[in-house]
Amino acid sequence: MSESPRLLVEPGRVKLSGSWTLAEMLPRLPALQAELAACPSGIDHWDLSAVTRLDSAAAVLLWRTWGARLPAGLVAGELHRQALQRVAELPREIPEQARTPLRFPELVGALLLKALVNLRGMIALFGQLLLDVGYLIRHPQDVPWKECWANVYKAGAQALAVTAMVGFLIGVTISYLSALQLKSFGADLFIVNILGISIIRELGPVLVAVLVAGRSGSAMTAQIGVMRVTEEIDVLSTMGISRSIRVVLPKIFGLTVAMPLLVLWTSSVALFGGMLAALLQLDLSLIYFLDNLPRAVPVANLIIGLSKGVVFGFVIALVACHFGLRVKPNTESLSANTTSAVVTAITTVILFDAIFAVFTRHIGVPQL
Amino acid sequence: MSQPPVIELSGVCASFRGRVVHRDLSLRVEEGQIVGLLGGSGSGKTTLLREILGLLRPDSGSVRLFGVDLNEPDVQLQRDLRRRLGMLFQHGALFSALSVFDNIAFPLRELRCLDADWIRRLVHLKLAMVGLEPMHGKLMPAELSGGMVKRVALARALALEPELLLLDEPTAGLDPDRSQNFVELVGDLQRELGLTVVMVTHDLHTLAGLATHVAVLADQHIIAFGPKAEVMTVDHPFVTGFFGADRRKLL
Repeated sequence: MSESPRLLVEPGRVKLSGSWTLAEMLPRLPALQAELAACPSGIDHWDLSAVTRLDSAAAVLLWRTWGARLPAGLVAGELHRQALQRVAELPREIPEQARTPLRFPELVGALLLKALVNLRGMIALFGQLLLDVGYLIRHPQDVPWKECWANVYKAGAQALAVTAMVGFLIGVTISYLSALQLKSFGADLFIVNILGISIIRELGPVLVAVLVAGRSGSAMTAQIGVMRVTEEIDVLSTMGISRSIRVVLPKIFGLTVAMPLLVLWTSSVALFGGMLAALLQLDLSLIYFLDNLPRAVPVANLIIGLSKGVVFGFVIALVACHFGLRVKPNTESLSANTTSAVVTAITTVILFDAIFAVFTRHIGVPQL
Repeated sequence: MSQPPVIELSGVCASFRGRVVHRDLSLRVEEGQIVGLLGGSGSGKTTLLREILGLLRPDSGSVRLFGVDLNEPDVQLQRDLRRRLGMLFQHGALFSALSVFDNIAFPLRELRCLDADWIRRLVHLKLAMVGLEPMHGKLMPAELSGGMVKRVALARALALEPELLLLDEPTAGLDPDRSQNFVELVGDLQRELGLTVVMVTHDLHTLAGLATHVAVLADQHIIAFGPKAEVMTVDHPFVTGFFGADRRKLL
């Protein structure tokens, strides 16, 4: 069975023997190809009668050696002849799959169009959401409370540990670095203002948003995406269950509710970290810090921070669900859309943060 | 014959979470046989195929392919072994991110020995073999009908010219005409290349048209194995139930 393929060139004819299969040819493929190429081109007598097996890979090889035609003096068994005939029936020139290179303006245009399509999709999803909320107000028994609270638990409660750890470390870092600067001016006491304003108003919400976008946003996109791939989304609609009420709405509700709570939690832990660092670095007692915090940081800052949390949570979930619903049933599209969801969510969060900064610039800044 | 059997399972036991699937299962498939593997649903037919493929390690017992134990630690040996078999999964399991053409070309490209023209010809040859047009090569797996997925998957399984072909429900979901073509195709290939085929099937026509041998899996082991005609006369509730009224027609 496993004699290796052999080739014997005699004057005027070529005799092949052995087992001409891909597996047998592989070990000495270059040598075989060279031997075949060295055969004088005029030879029309090919004796394949001693060939035990001939698979299609070998048939293609011979066919190419023969210059895309069957030689007139071919001696071969019926089965081998069939294998060769199959190759002969292929179209002579098989067109290569055309891949047009994308030019730069086209690339820019395509990106812009894609962004517009996504924007439109998100607006449509937002509109659908408003309609759903309207429907649910009229039919309160249809509200999927279980899914909603499950999402609050998944996006909120399960994220407590990681947000606390990151928040604590950031608090320590900022406090430590600011303390070094303030000490040289003798303005130690302003550490309360710096930490309070920066963490409560800005860093807390943005930090949590970035973490949540990576953690919960990507999970939402992947989950909805896999449901698309496995046609589970279609199953829902055949059962007459609205996918937006059952799948999208609970996710958006969950994150919108959980985010301000996470912001509150993370800001507190970050402040605690900052307080500890101030205690060690500047000998500022915890009591002094806590006493002065309300004076240094007007309560409007807390409200701004929490409203940012609500908006960011909503935006992250909306973006995640939109990209999840765009997943096409293949693995490549799933990974591309999950990436886009996280990148778009973080970018949009920063954009909204800038808008917040512009419109709240007169609010909550302590007058000295 | 001094040739080692293509597949040799001996004393294989497997269980999932305490539920025994195979108990002391033995099977020996010689070169050139086309074995139809029968069994009720949930009797562990697919598990058996996965054990033969080495995707699932049995709790005890040995699985030998072409005389090589699957527990052999030599990586190179194991890889060469895998190249000698082709598997058609029940639901196709095409690479969803690759087009039909790339799906079939993938194992050929992985050999890193064949040039682009050779691969292109081979892919189109396989496509033609399973009755698909060259233009179908551009389609993505998600755009194919269920029957086409099966055929592309078969073309991919055949890409490396395997000596052993494992088929999981090859004709389920094909129309009768296509499944007849399929039977003829595998039959032709078997004669041409001396393939060994193990297939799980419920379709009596596929079984009647293709199989030379039949193995019946019931009560956690192979209760009968032998030439088709012999197995059909075995007195076991599953066998009599399965062949039932068709028994006479097939004989």
